[in-house]
Amino acid sequence: MNQMPSFDSISTRAAAATPVRIAARVRGLSDTAIAWLFITPTMLLLLAINLFPLIWTIQLSFTNYRANRPNAPVRNVGLEHYQTILTDPDIWARMQATAHFVFWTILLQTVIGFALAYLIDRKFRGHGFWTTLILIPMMLSPAVVGNFWTFLYQPQIGLFNYLVSFVSGVEPASFQMLGDVSLSPWAIIIVDTWMWTPYVMLICLAGLRSIPDYIYEAAEVDRASNWRQFVSITLPMCLPFIMLAVLFRGIENFKMFDLVNLLTAGGPGSTTELASITLKRAAFEAWRTGYSSAFAVIMFVMIFGLANIYVKALNQVKAR
Amino acid sequence: MTSLRSLAFAGAAAASYLLAGTGAQAQSKTITLCWAAWDPANALVELSKDFTAKTGTQMKFEFVPWPNFADRMLNELNAKGRLCDLMIGDSQWVGGSAENGHYVKLNDFFAKEGIKMSDFSPATVEGYSTWPKGTQNYWALPAMGDAVGWTYRKDWFARPDLQAAFKAKHGRDLAPPKTQTELKQIAEFFQNREIDGKKVYGASIYTERGSEGITMGVTNALYPFGFQYQDPKKPYAMDGFVNSPDAVAGLEFYKSLYKCCTPPGASNGYMQEGLDAFKSGQVAMQMNFFAFFPGLYKDPNVGGDKIGFFVNPSEKTSGSQLGGQGISVVSYSQNRNEALAYIKWFADPEIQKRWWALGGYSCHKAVLDDPNFAKTAPFAADFLTAMGQVRDFWQEPAYAQLLQATQRRVHDYVVADQGTAKQALDLLIQDWTKVFKEDGKL
Amino acid sequence: MSANAHSVVEPSAGAKLAASVLVILYACVALIPLLWIGLTSIKSPPDSIAYPPKVVPFVHFTPTAEGFCNLFTTRSRQTPDYIAGLPPSTGGCDEVARSRNMVVVGASNYVPRFVNSLIIAFGSTALSIVLGTAAAYAFSRFRVPLKDDLMFFILSTRMMPPIAVAIPVFLMYRELGLSDTRLGMILLYTSVNVSLAVWLLKGFIDEIPREYEEAAMIDGYTRLQAFWKVVLPQATTGIVATAIFCLIFAWNEYAFAVLLTSGAAQTAPPFIPIIIGEGGQDWPAVAAGTALFLLPILVFTVLLRKHLLRGITFGAVRK
Repeated sequence: MNQMPSFDSISTRAAAATPVRIAARVRGLSDTAIAWLFITPTMLLLLAINLFPLIWTIQLSFTNYRANRPNAPVRNVGLEHYQTILTDPDIWARMQATAHFVFWTILLQTVIGFALAYLIDRKFRGHGFWTTLILIPMMLSPAVVGNFWTFLYQPQIGLFNYLVSFVSGVEPASFQMLGDVSLSPWAIIIVDTWMWTPYVMLICLAGLRSIPDYIYEAAEVDRASNWRQFVSITLPMCLPFIMLAVLFRGIENFKMFDLVNLLTAGGPGSTTELASITLKRAAFEAWRTGYSSAFAVIMFVMIFGLANIYVKALNQVKAR
Repeated sequence: MTSLRSLAFAGAAAASYLLAGTGAQAQSKTITLCWAAWDPANALVELSKDFTAKTGTQMKFEFVPWPNFADRMLNELNAKGRLCDLMIGDSQWVGGSAENGHYVKLNDFFAKEGIKMSDFSPATVEGYSTWPKGTQNYWALPAMGDAVGWTYRKDWFARPDLQAAFKAKHGRDLAPPKTQTELKQIAEFFQNREIDGKKVYGASIYTERGSEGITMGVTNALYPFGFQYQDPKKPYAMDGFVNSPDAVAGLEFYKSLYKCCTPPGASNGYMQEGLDAFKSGQVAMQMNFFAFFPGLYKDPNVGGDKIGFFVNPSEKTSGSQLGGQGISVVSYSQNRNEALAYIKWFADPEIQKRWWALGGYSCHKAVLDDPNFAKTAPFAADFLTAMGQVRDFWQEPAYAQLLQATQRRVHDYVVADQGTAKQALDLLIQDWTKVFKEDGKL
Repeated sequence: MSANAHSVVEPSAGAKLAASVLVILYACVALIPLLWIGLTSIKSPPDSIAYPPKVVPFVHFTPTAEGFCNLFTTRSRQTPDYIAGLPPSTGGCDEVARSRNMVVVGASNYVPRFVNSLIIAFGSTALSIVLGTAAAYAFSRFRVPLKDDLMFFILSTRMMPPIAVAIPVFLMYRELGLSDTRLGMILLYTSVNVSLAVWLLKGFIDEIPREYEEAAMIDGYTRLQAFWKVVLPQATTGIVATAIFCLIFAWNEYAFAVLLTSGAAQTAPPFIPIIIGEGGQDWPAVAAGTALFLLPILVFTVLLRKHLLRGITFGAVRK
C-alpha cells in the first residue's frame, strides 16, 4: 500500500501522545459495539442463507419429503437414505467417475501449470503480456464456454476433431469425443484442464518468485547442477504453493457441475455422471428431496473431511 | 461526502425500481405464456396477435428448448413461481400438476363458457387434459396434437440409379418403409453412400441422454415390436411385459439401427440434432415429431418436392409415441381472468382453423373432421393415422423418476454398450418397481 | 556472479528463447477456442458448420451480422409467397431474415437476460463489498471472540456443492416468494461472495498500518470517522480488486441460476446454451451471445491482473 506522508507526521506524534484506546472510547461507539455492528450483518446473512439451509438439509435427510408434493404426508425414515446411498453400487460408480475426473485434472493441471510457470519465470521479453493472455480462460464462465466446446467437439464439423485429424491424419468423423464411452471422460478432463491450468500456473509462479535468489547463488557456488538445484531447491520450496493449488482445484472439481452438465450432461450412458450431476437429478428432476439431502450431506462431509486432512498435511509441509 | 450520499440514494432508488422488475408497469395487462422453443411456438406468437387485437391484453412468451423444458418448467411450477400465467405443458405432467395444485381445474370454466370437450379429438382429451385418466376432470384444453413420425428425402428415393440398385439388392422398390425391418434395410442402403459428392447416412434417431430423448425414440421401436408397460389385466405387473422377448427384440433393433445407420457423433441427439442432420442433407430419413413437419416442408433446401413423410412403421403391431400438449392456467398466476380469456379465445373453431393453417396441430374436430383435412398438407393424412395408433409413456405423478430410469438403462445399453437388451429391461423393471413401491402403488 | 553463464538468477539467452517459444505456443493453442467464438459470431449459419472449417474472414467466408441478428430476434419460417405479400422490409435484421424465408416476429430474450446479469452481478457485488468491508475491518482491528472459528465458518460455506445449497434455498425461497426474483439471486450471490470479500479485504486492511487511524483518533476523529476517512481511502485498491472478483463470480455463476430462476430473474449463463434457431442450434447466434457476454470479463482480467493471485487463493498467497 502506498505511503501517505501527511499521516506519517501525525503518527510520529501519536507515539508520544495520550493512550489511544481511552481517547477512542470517550466519543462515539465503543470498539466492541462497532465490532459487533460490523460483523453482525454478514453473520446474519450467512446464518440465513448458509447455516440455516444446512441444518434444514440435515433434518430433511432423515425424511421422505418431496418438494414436488408439499401436501403428501412426511414420514421419518431415520438413516434409511444414508444406508441406501452408501450401499448403492451406482453411487460408488459415480464417485469413481468423480475421483477419476478429480485425479486426472489435478495431475494434468499441476504438471502443465508448473511447467508453464517455470518457463514464464525465465523472464523472457514480453512474458507479462503472454501471462495475461494465458490467464483469460480461467476468468470466463464455465457454463457459457463449456457450451461452446460442444461445438468444437462435433465429430463432423468441429474444430477440435479437425485439428486432431490435421495433426495426426486420423479421419475426423472417426472419433467422437463426447459420444464415446472411452473418450468422453477425457473430453471433460481436456476442457477443465484448458480452463484451469492457468490457475495452477499463477499460484506456482508466486511460489517460484518467493524463492530468494541467494539460495540459488549459494548452490552455484557449490557447483550444484541445474537439475540438482531444481530437485533440491525449486521443487521443495514450491511445494506448499503447489499443494495449495491442488487443494483449491480439488474442492472445486469435487463439486464440479456446470462445465460437465453442459458438455455431456453425464453421458454417454452414465460415463461422465459426476456426483453433483447425480445430486441434481435426484433433487431437481426426480424431486426426492429427502434422499438428495442425505446425498448432499454425504458430499459435504467428504469434501470437508478430505480438505481438513489435506490442510493438516499442507501445514506440515509448510512447517518443514 | 454529500455527492457520495446522493449517489447512494440515486443508486438505491434505481435499484428498487429495477428490483421491482417488469411487474410494476402494468397499465395494459400483460400475460406470459410458457412453452417449448420450437416451430409451433413461433406460429403461436403470430396467432396470438389476434388475441391482443381483440382484448388489448399484451402477450409475453417464455420458450425453452425441449431438452431443458421439463426441468425448467416443473422447477418453476414446484417453486410456485409466477412467471407463467399460461402453461402449455407436456402430457406427462398432468397427473403431478393436478395433484399438487399447479393447474387450475377448468370444468366450471368450460361449463360457463360453453366449451365442450366433445368438440376435441378423444385421444387428445384423454392424453392432454384429464386426470385421473378416464374421468371427466379437465386440467387443460388440448392445444397441440403431436406424435413421432418420419421424414425422408423424396428426391433421393426417386433417383433411378438408387431405385435400380435398391431393387437389385432387396427385390422391391425403394419406397417409404412399411415395417421396421424395411426401415433398417433402407437406412443401411443409404449409410455411407455418396450422393452429389457428399457422404450421407441412413437415418437420424433420438439418442439424447439428459432429458427424455432416447425414451421418446426407443418407444417407436418397442411399441411395434410388442412391448407393453404392464399386464393389461393387472396394473403395475411388468415382468414378462416390459422384458418380454418381443420387447427385447425391439430394444435390440433400436440399438442395431443406431449402430448401423446413424451419422457419426449422433450419440446425444434429440429433435434439434435431427433437424440439423436432415436439413444439412446428411441423412435419408429422420425420426421427429409431426410438429416440425410444416416448417420442414417450407424449408428452402430440403422442403417442398424434396421431402416426404411416413407414419412410424409397424412390425408385429403398430404404434407411435405420443407427443403434444394441452394449455393450462397456472394456479399461482395473478392474471387468472386474462389467462382464462386466452383459453376461451383459443378454443374458438375459427381460431383453431387458423392455428392449423399457421403450422400448429389443432385438436379440434372442426379442423380434424373436415373432409378436406387430409388434403390440406402432405403430412395431414399421416398425422391422422399416427394419432390413431399413439401410446404414451407413464403419466403417473412419479413419471420423472420413471423416465430417468428409462433414459439411463436404454442409453447404457444402446449407446454405451453395457450388457444385453434383456439385462437392460430387467434392470428397468427393478428401477420402476422401486419407484412404484415408494409411491405406494405396489 | 557472471562467471557462470547459466546462472539461475538471470537465465541464459538460449533458455529465454526456448521458454518464450513454448509459452507463446501454449498461449496460441489455448486461445484457439476463444478465437473461434469470435470468428463464428460473424459467420452465416451455413459457413459456421462448413467442413473443412472456414478460418480467414473475407477469404474463406464473408463476415455477416446474421448471428447478432438471430441473437436479438425471434423469427418464424414462412413461404416465399407469404413474404412477398408483406410490406417492404425495414432493413437490417428484417432483410437478413427474409433472405432466409423468415420473418422477424419479435425481440429475443437475450437483452432482458443480459440486463438481469448486470443487475444481479452489480447488486450482489455492492452488497458483498459493504458487508465484507465492515466485517473485515472488525476482524482486522478488534479482538472478536472466536475470531478464527468465525473466519473459518465464513470460508467453509464455500465448500458446499452449489446443488446441495440449492435444495433448501429452493424450499426457503418458495415460502418467501423469492423464487425467480432478482432480490433472491442478489442475496444468494452475496452470501457466497461475502466469504471471499471478508477474507480478501481482511488481508488488505491488515496491511494498512494501525497507526494511521490511531493518529486520526488522537486528532479528534471517532473510530467510525477514522474508518470512513482514513481506512477506506487507503483500502480503495483492495476494495476495487475484491469487487471485481465478486462481479466475476456473480457474472459467471450457472448452477444456482439454472436451478432457482426460470425467466424474470434469469441471467445470461443458463440462457446462452439454449439459444436455438429455427431448427437446429444456431451457432453464430450462440457465439455472438457468448462473445458479448465474455467481453466485459476480458476487460476485467486485464484490469485485475496484479491482484488475480490474491483473489483466486482467498488471500492465502499475496505475493
